[in-house]
Amino acid sequence: MNQYPAWKYLLLLVVLVVSILYALPNLYGEDPALQVSSSRTTAVDISTKEKVRKLLQDANVSFKSIVLANEQILVRFPDTESQLKAKDVVKEGLGRGYIVALNLAPRTPEWLRAMDAAPMYLGLDLRGGVHFLMEVDVDAAVHQAEERYIGDFRSLLRENKVRYAKISRFVDKNGDSGVEVKFKSAEARDKAERLLDKEYPDLLIEADDREGGFFLLARLSEKEMRETRKLALKQNITTLRNRVNELGVAEPVIQQQGEDRIVVQLPGVQDTARAKEILGATATLEFRLTDETHDADEAARTGRVPAGLKLYPKREGGYVLLKNRVMLTGDYIIDASSGIDQQSGGPAVYITLDGKGAKIFSKVTGENVKKLMSVVFIEKKTETRMVDGKPVKTRHTVEEVINTARIQEQLSKRFQITGLDSTKEAHNLALLLRAGALAAPIEIVEERTIGPSLGQENIDQGFASVVIGFVLVLVFMAIWYRGFGLIADLALAFNLVVIVAVLSMLQATLTLPGIAGIVLTVGMAVDANVLIFERIREELRNGVSPQAAINSGYAKAFSTIADANITTLIAAVILFGFGTGPIKGFAITLSIGILTSMFTAIMGTRAVVNLVYGNRRVEKLSI
Amino acid sequence: MQLFKKTTTFDFMSKRTLAVTFSALLILISIGSLATRGLNFGLDFTGGTLIELGYSHPVDLRVVRSTLEKSGFPEAVVQHFGASKDILIRIAPQEGKSNAEVSSRVMTALRSVEDGEIDMRRVEFVGPQVGDELANDGGLAMIYALICILIYVGFRFEYRFAIGSVAALIHDVIITLGVFSLFQLDFDLTVLAAILAVIGYSLNDTIVVFDRIRENFRKMRKGTSVDIVNASLNQTLSRTLMTSFTTLLVLIALFVVGGELIHGFATALIIGVVVGTYSSIYVASSSALLLGISKEDLMPVVKEGDDLEHIP
Repeated sequence: MNQYPAWKYLLLLVVLVVSILYALPNLYGEDPALQVSSSRTTAVDISTKEKVRKLLQDANVSFKSIVLANEQILVRFPDTESQLKAKDVVKEGLGRGYIVALNLAPRTPEWLRAMDAAPMYLGLDLRGGVHFLMEVDVDAAVHQAEERYIGDFRSLLRENKVRYAKISRFVDKNGDSGVEVKFKSAEARDKAERLLDKEYPDLLIEADDREGGFFLLARLSEKEMRETRKLALKQNITTLRNRVNELGVAEPVIQQQGEDRIVVQLPGVQDTARAKEILGATATLEFRLTDETHDADEAARTGRVPAGLKLYPKREGGYVLLKNRVMLTGDYIIDASSGIDQQSGGPAVYITLDGKGAKIFSKVTGENVKKLMSVVFIEKKTETRMVDGKPVKTRHTVEEVINTARIQEQLSKRFQITGLDSTKEAHNLALLLRAGALAAPIEIVEERTIGPSLGQENIDQGFASVVIGFVLVLVFMAIWYRGFGLIADLALAFNLVVIVAVLSMLQATLTLPGIAGIVLTVGMAVDANVLIFERIREELRNGVSPQAAINSGYAKAFSTIADANITTLIAAVILFGFGTGPIKGFAITLSIGILTSMFTAIMGTRAVVNLVYGNRRVEKLSI
Repeated sequence: MQLFKKTTTFDFMSKRTLAVTFSALLILISIGSLATRGLNFGLDFTGGTLIELGYSHPVDLRVVRSTLEKSGFPEAVVQHFGASKDILIRIAPQEGKSNAEVSSRVMTALRSVEDGEIDMRRVEFVGPQVGDELANDGGLAMIYALICILIYVGFRFEYRFAIGSVAALIHDVIITLGVFSLFQLDFDLTVLAAILAVIGYSLNDTIVVFDRIRENFRKMRKGTSVDIVNASLNQTLSRTLMTSFTTLLVLIALFVVGGELIHGFATALIIGVVVGTYSSIYVASSSALLLGISKEDLMPVVKEGDDLEHIP
């Protein structure tokens, strides 16, 4: 009686061995490391690796190893000091085009790595870092699309010699928006309608006759509006990814959440102010011709702006009138770097355009040699403010002219702009131009930053509570149930190993609440054993023989254990569905713990009990 | 070692009027406190900014407060956190002002007056729109959990048991919330998670008792419903106490060494486990009895033609 078939022992043995193997990487610790990867324009290969090696050797920085894998170079260091020194050396030596990021590389030995074993993935609250939740103002993207149509309509109508009185954006009383074109005559309106209908089949265009003239209303269709919003979000994710790469962060997470939000997690980043400045910035540039015939200050004073012109404030004060037509936008910029202007000694940004941009730019600058051109710096912001206890979204755009200069000659692919306040601003602007503009303004709606000292403290305290809780339960069970208690202790230890192994295999994020979940599981996992052992005691008290008591103890307790655990599992799954970040971590460890504890506490202990007592005469049980 | 040498014969159910009165009183106090004082919602739900800083020396809070006041944060709440070198600054969301930049501005202001290094330990900023969502989602999660459990227990047992167990759960949740309200303990996301875990735990306990009641109803030929419930409670008593005890052991470990961030979580679970243990003995079974659970309800249903299945 009380014997397990061989396959059950084998199954347990296999689970035990596999769990130990996959839990093992967590014991090795981490090396301070440097991660070199390519940005868009370069490639990382064996020559880059040799270059990095030479740079480090020349600078006398000691390192443990240097490996090229997955188009990334990973350099390990004996201490953080040489890691930090190496970052400066390598970054300087390789130049732009490479992303050099600090990292902690697990010290998992080769043979474990070969079977894909890796330590648990620690959440930001344990390793330190920044978590941002950003809300994308997708409606602003629709707004921008409408602004774009205004420009397009203008050129289309002008090219086809249709006279119009005014083109502007409108918002009706339902809050729907669109583009409104005003005409002086019905014929012009009808001609324009045919033209626009043919050219823009996706737009909903309708004639609207009311007082004051003949109007055409153009709206984005439902579908196109959805597409525009979706595209804006996608583009923002790409831009954010580029910017994060520019910041040099190892293992960043950039993910869409819901319809209009983006989660950005930057492990190890300390300077949140800079991260916020770079990620949230919407700065871009526009180049426009400057008007020289009207008085800008006069226009600012009276508020009367001549037709075809737009009034802009200058950064150093005063105003300037610029032509409505944009010569070039920041979209065509493929590279930008900051430096010092040779003539003025002030900060400058060197810009490189892509082929199409270069073609456009050389054409317009060639046509306008000796004329004044201005560089407009545009920044859009969306903020949520509390007004009367309710969140209200406000948008504002800063547009200012940072530089006005005479076009000396035809400009093309490469040129420079000046007029920036500081080298830092030049540096940031270059970075933003390189990474591309955000398609719609974003706003940080949640930030959680954990410093490295607190992260380590959380790990230490979390680990301590697991160990102390675990030991307390072990001791208690051994005293209370003696021999059977020791068997339960074995199962509990087994359970802990399995939980760690499963977490490592899944690479689920371990958070501080997640550790709390493990602690809780340790306390609750013995419940199954308590149920079984109490049953066995009860059977013994009823005068049943030891072997039969074991058998019916396990049999009768089973459905109770299953019911009790399934209900806790329900709560954990719901928690997972609704929770965010750290709470999800708790739900994950709790669920895994419940499932693994059923296995270890029932099958694991039974196997040992059978080994000890099975198939022989037993007078008395140690329970 | 054994708690009870033989199966105890406490007459739990004779005290059930007393228990119901006691529970009703606790619930009244809890609801009263929740209604008048409310919960001390943490940053997760109210929105705002929280900054934890570590100085290299003990800090005078007055200096910090006056610096913040000069920088435009007169409403900032400053307190020591754990040690005299650590401080915690809370700033509520401000009307008509941008909030995302608050933490950077506070850091700049404090660093400008401090000679040594200030270690930025933690910054949490939750925008008002997110705070509302978290609160809504949390409430929904709790309701969904209760409904799912009601369905599961109803399906596995009998509707009277389902109602009894959910009554016990609501009892536990209200009293745990009541304690948080009465002592104005910080109620944040981790506490909410703990309360959901309490739901799971308390149910665990209740199910074990119900399972035994069901078994005994089928097994014991003699005795009234009250006798059977009593016997079941006695049979499961040492298990109930043992499991609560081991769970409390680890929770106390978590409370003592787990650190400040996990305090609220551990507190909520400790309260929940204690209340849950009591309620699975008294509240759940009393409610089932009150609803008139009887032997016939629990007899396995004999389907017509069941016996035919054995004929090949």
